[in-house]
Amino acid sequence: MMEKPLQPRSTGRLMILGFLSPTLIILLFMVAYPIFSLVYYSFFNFSALRPAEGMKWAGLSNYGYLLSDSALWDRFVFTGKFVFLCVSAQMIIGIFVGYQLQKAFRGRDVLFTALMLPMMLSPVVAGFLWRYMLNSEWGVVNFILTLFGGDKVDWLGRADAALWAAAMVDTWMWTPFIVLLATAAFRGIPDTIYEAAEVDGASPAYVFFRLTLPMSAPVLFIALILRLIDSFKQYDLFVALTGGGPGSATETVSFAVAKTAFRFFYTGEASALAVILLCIIMGLAMILVRHLSSMGGRN
Amino acid sequence: MAKVELRDLSILFGGFKAVDRVNLTVNDGEFVVYLGPSGCGKTTTLRAIAGLQGTTSGDILFDGTRVNDLAPSARNIAMVFQFVSLYPNLTIAENIVFPLKARGVAKADIARKLDWVTGIFKLGDDLRRHPSALPPGARQKVALARAVIRDPAVLLLDEPLSAIDEQFREEMRWELGHLQRELGVTTIYVTHDQREAMSLADRIVLMNQSRIVQVAEPARLFHEPASVFAAQFIGSPSMNLIDLVPVAGGLRLGDSPVVLTDSELPPGLRAHGPVRLGIRPRDLRLVSGPGHALAVDDTYSVGRERFFTFRIGEAILQGTDHRNASGPGNITLAPEGMNFFDAATGQRLGERITA
Repeated sequence: MMEKPLQPRSTGRLMILGFLSPTLIILLFMVAYPIFSLVYYSFFNFSALRPAEGMKWAGLSNYGYLLSDSALWDRFVFTGKFVFLCVSAQMIIGIFVGYQLQKAFRGRDVLFTALMLPMMLSPVVAGFLWRYMLNSEWGVVNFILTLFGGDKVDWLGRADAALWAAAMVDTWMWTPFIVLLATAAFRGIPDTIYEAAEVDGASPAYVFFRLTLPMSAPVLFIALILRLIDSFKQYDLFVALTGGGPGSATETVSFAVAKTAFRFFYTGEASALAVILLCIIMGLAMILVRHLSSMGGRN
Repeated sequence: MAKVELRDLSILFGGFKAVDRVNLTVNDGEFVVYLGPSGCGKTTTLRAIAGLQGTTSGDILFDGTRVNDLAPSARNIAMVFQFVSLYPNLTIAENIVFPLKARGVAKADIARKLDWVTGIFKLGDDLRRHPSALPPGARQKVALARAVIRDPAVLLLDEPLSAIDEQFREEMRWELGHLQRELGVTTIYVTHDQREAMSLADRIVLMNQSRIVQVAEPARLFHEPASVFAAQFIGSPSMNLIDLVPVAGGLRLGDSPVVLTDSELPPGLRAHGPVRLGIRPRDLRLVSGPGHALAVDDTYSVGRERFFTFRIGEAILQGTDHRNASGPGNITLAPEGMNFFDAATGQRLGERITA
């Protein structure tokens, strides 16, 4: 006797859709609606503080104003510098530390756990913490500097120093994340690969650059994407650490969005800026993800 | 090319002796196969020779020089591993030339050598592909090419064929033997497959429970096993073993009525004490002519060969069926196929038995 197929295919699809629909509906409200309304508001002159004044159609004038604003351009330049500094530092230090943690030594697991701690803090907490440590008069960083005969640095009071300070704090916080992913990637490489390379006479550096790093590339690349996107929209760290100052020197694009939306309450203009930021991040992510999938085909 | 010597080599893992006082000399250009059940210490020994495994005591010598403390890269060895050891991010060509590039060999030399091994292994079509695109058999071929490309003094192979399909394994085995003779490289090969060992080895090192049981040419290992373990491990179907019971005028096979008379036995055997007889199925025959009358349990065929089984007490013995038809038969024991072992120690008793 032949067995009948359990279900015709169409019923199966319907059933799948049925199971998925609760999640899909929630997703639609949580993601699609806010984005839609964001784009919608960006075409209006509108302030959430004065709803009585109503919404005046503005067309693309919000975008036009923003894109011709040189102060905004400065925000992008600052954000770019910050992203470049902290992501490259995080990747290099994270990969190095992760590689060192491959070797077995006493107390490795304890050290590993301790290294993860900064990542667990909220950026606001980390920001305030470092704000005290970086205080130019009585902060511990300057205290240590003077111990070694250095001069006190006004970390948060000078624009260039504040950029370095913020990048350092972000690196302090997020390097453990790279360490974590790098460790996972390195552990995925079978021991026989290293044994074969050892027998083949490869030096540790040659093994690292020729085998370990390329074989871990997909995972490290995902880590890079996540850090790029995350640091690009960094906001809360700056609120706590510098408050955007001195002046508006350490305001990121996200900071500018928040300031426009919730200090000046130019809701329409803030929406337009948020849309621009969203487009940049999505574009960046798409380029990187495409590169990642071409990488996956080979390994 | 090099001569490899192991002197009183012992390797301990905590309290466990993985290799226990092993002595062995592998001659220049010789193909030696380590054979034994899993966990017997054969792979550990090989890894120690490679330098991937530290030694507890004893010496490893290459051409008379102690190498125990040399890194693998300083020993001029090449190794093929059981499982994936190709570098997945590199192409086949990049994999093969890896040992040369890692050592900074000149580009022209690399190209010439790559041509040479590519020719031997017929890998020309695969050079630009990645290992994941190749079947397991071809991958091991690449691993072998990578091993021989830099003329190692010693070639070490750790069960290189065990992860390959049966059909392809035969072909690889043949090619491997051919290649080794052509290159004349000292080769140490680890396997648990006796057919591989028998067909490839100049000499087989049979290991069990961390010790060497016997070192012998394949034919000698088959015909003159040094112990009960060797007798049972080598040959398929395996050798029959039965205790001999002293009776008037000879020794009886267990509880059976079959008696081997003193004239059939080597001198001095009866005086030795408890003895076990080992006889391969091919030497234990069911014939139409005269012989011992015993009840046959079962007969079956494997290809053209016909086998039969019969019982002596608890033991089931296997023999070959030499009858022309399925008529009544008698059992004979080929005198040259009889092996005698000390029943207590399991050691082989020689032609002249001394108590």
